[in-house]
Amino acid sequence: MSRVDVIGASKAYGALKALDNVSINFADGEFFGLLGPSGSGKTTLLRALAGFVDLDSGSISFDGERVESVPVHRRGIGMMFQSYALFPHLTVDENIAFGLDVRGAPKAEIEQRVQEMLALVRLPGLGGRKPKQLSGGQQQRVALARALITRPKVLLLDEPLGALDRRLRQEMQVELREIQRETGITAIFVTHDQEEALTLSDRIAIINDGRLMQTGKPQEVYEKPLTVFAAQFLGDSNIFRGSAVEGGLRLGDGTVIGTAGRCSGIAVVRPEKISVRADPETPRGNVLRGEVLQAVYTGASVTYRIRTAALGDVPLLAFAQNQSGELLAPGSKVVAAWDAGHTVPVEP
Amino acid sequence: MNRLAKIYLGAVLLFLYLPILVMMAMAFNRSALYEMPFTFDLVWFKALMENERLLQASWNSVWIASINAVIATTLGTLAAYAFARYEFRLKRVLQLLLFPPITIPWLIIGTSMLIFFYWTGIGRGLHAILLGHVALSLPYVIVVVGARLRDMSVQLEEAAATLGATPQQAFRRVTLPILAPGVIAAALFAFAVSFDQFVISYFLAAPGTSTLPVEIFTAIRKGFTPEINAISTIIILVSMSLMLLVARNYKFGGER
Repeated sequence: MSRVDVIGASKAYGALKALDNVSINFADGEFFGLLGPSGSGKTTLLRALAGFVDLDSGSISFDGERVESVPVHRRGIGMMFQSYALFPHLTVDENIAFGLDVRGAPKAEIEQRVQEMLALVRLPGLGGRKPKQLSGGQQQRVALARALITRPKVLLLDEPLGALDRRLRQEMQVELREIQRETGITAIFVTHDQEEALTLSDRIAIINDGRLMQTGKPQEVYEKPLTVFAAQFLGDSNIFRGSAVEGGLRLGDGTVIGTAGRCSGIAVVRPEKISVRADPETPRGNVLRGEVLQAVYTGASVTYRIRTAALGDVPLLAFAQNQSGELLAPGSKVVAAWDAGHTVPVEP
Repeated sequence: MNRLAKIYLGAVLLFLYLPILVMMAMAFNRSALYEMPFTFDLVWFKALMENERLLQASWNSVWIASINAVIATTLGTLAAYAFARYEFRLKRVLQLLLFPPITIPWLIIGTSMLIFFYWTGIGRGLHAILLGHVALSLPYVIVVVGARLRDMSVQLEEAAATLGATPQQAFRRVTLPILAPGVIAAALFAFAVSFDQFVISYFLAAPGTSTLPVEIFTAIRKGFTPEINAISTIIILVSMSLMLLVARNYKFGGER
């Protein structure tokens, strides 16, 4: 349980800047998601926190103490790897005990702690098995128990659920969150799965090209993205480009839409904020008229792609709640409307 | 088709093992001139027990092969580890340089070693033979252990480090146990390379001391006696049971 501060972290591999002056503060007991496309530098940051990567410049401190020169094995971290990295030659018990064993802890204490850990990850009775004899989800839990037994200051997770199938993944997300709350440990995880990041995290950071794009609560980042990249990477979005006018944005065909605050030329609207109707009556707020190109029925909702004069070749994306049970067929003339307050100005 | 394959397999096995079986049978035949009918007798084993030179050479061989296996396996495993886990200057060049000794004819290696050892004052004798064998078996060890290391995820060692293991602890408690089957296979390889080695041993042996292959060669030149069959039979039985023992406990190849 620790506060972790990263200040001005930079790391280059040749010409490639894996980390470019990144500063983040991770609060004590926080579950923090580092989100970004592959090669964005998020894994480099996690590995720098673990001690596997030496920064070119910048500092990392745990509870105010600098750790850049502390080797991995003395940093007091716990880490979960995407492949679990369980020791194949040891039993589940021995795997979990490893961290205390190398510290030379007394046998009785080790035994007791292993039992506690097995109970924490809900795996009692499997201690004698080899990792190979366990399912993916069970291996995951063993890896978690092994990482937590030493009571690390920080738990680092590298795509922790990447190797599990969807259903198991959702179950494990809930459990991981519960165990993190129970132990109160500061947990930092890397993922490229936006849904996972939104579900698990107290706060998230979006990283691209080695730079920190945005940090905040999942809801903040989703509802108020600061950049086009953040908007497109986290969730789906419609990007409107035009020229700034008083209180809004003038699009290519001359239509003016209202924006939430001053806009410098680009604004983002989430597809679920847009309502799609066939009736000719003009609703309030921002309105675009168009023709349905594609309607994808997914049960609870319908995804529409709508051709509009304002966006030209790029179809407008709208997620509609399936309230009527009827679909607007491709070719239908429709009115797409949304609140000016949901039109978020962003930087390029 | 299946039948044909079985006949083919049978023929190959026959071709491989029949000469050995004949030799083993003759070790137990009373006649020195391979005369039939076969009369079971242990006379050649008794003769062997009295053949000081042959016994001494056998001991030399076993000792050299064992020490060679220990030295070559230790050095080779560490080298394989360095190749697999570290980046350093000239790594590729060094890796490529491992292979020529495997392909260069032993006669040439033996000659060059003889000249080099003479020139540097190392001279000839069992120590020179051991030195030559270690040099010869190192590439095999590095290749065998290296193959196993490539299959082993670096993440296992990283996981050990995050759990508080020092690099030495991680190597001893994680890397080495997982590599063990490869290391044991490599040690057997090194033992066999040394135990089988004739050319280099012949070149580097000082007069009066030699290894078993050299002694057998010398004995055959003087005149063949079935004692050679007897010692060969013992060696075949020992080495085959050793192989079976290892194969039972360790799975070679893909399985981890």
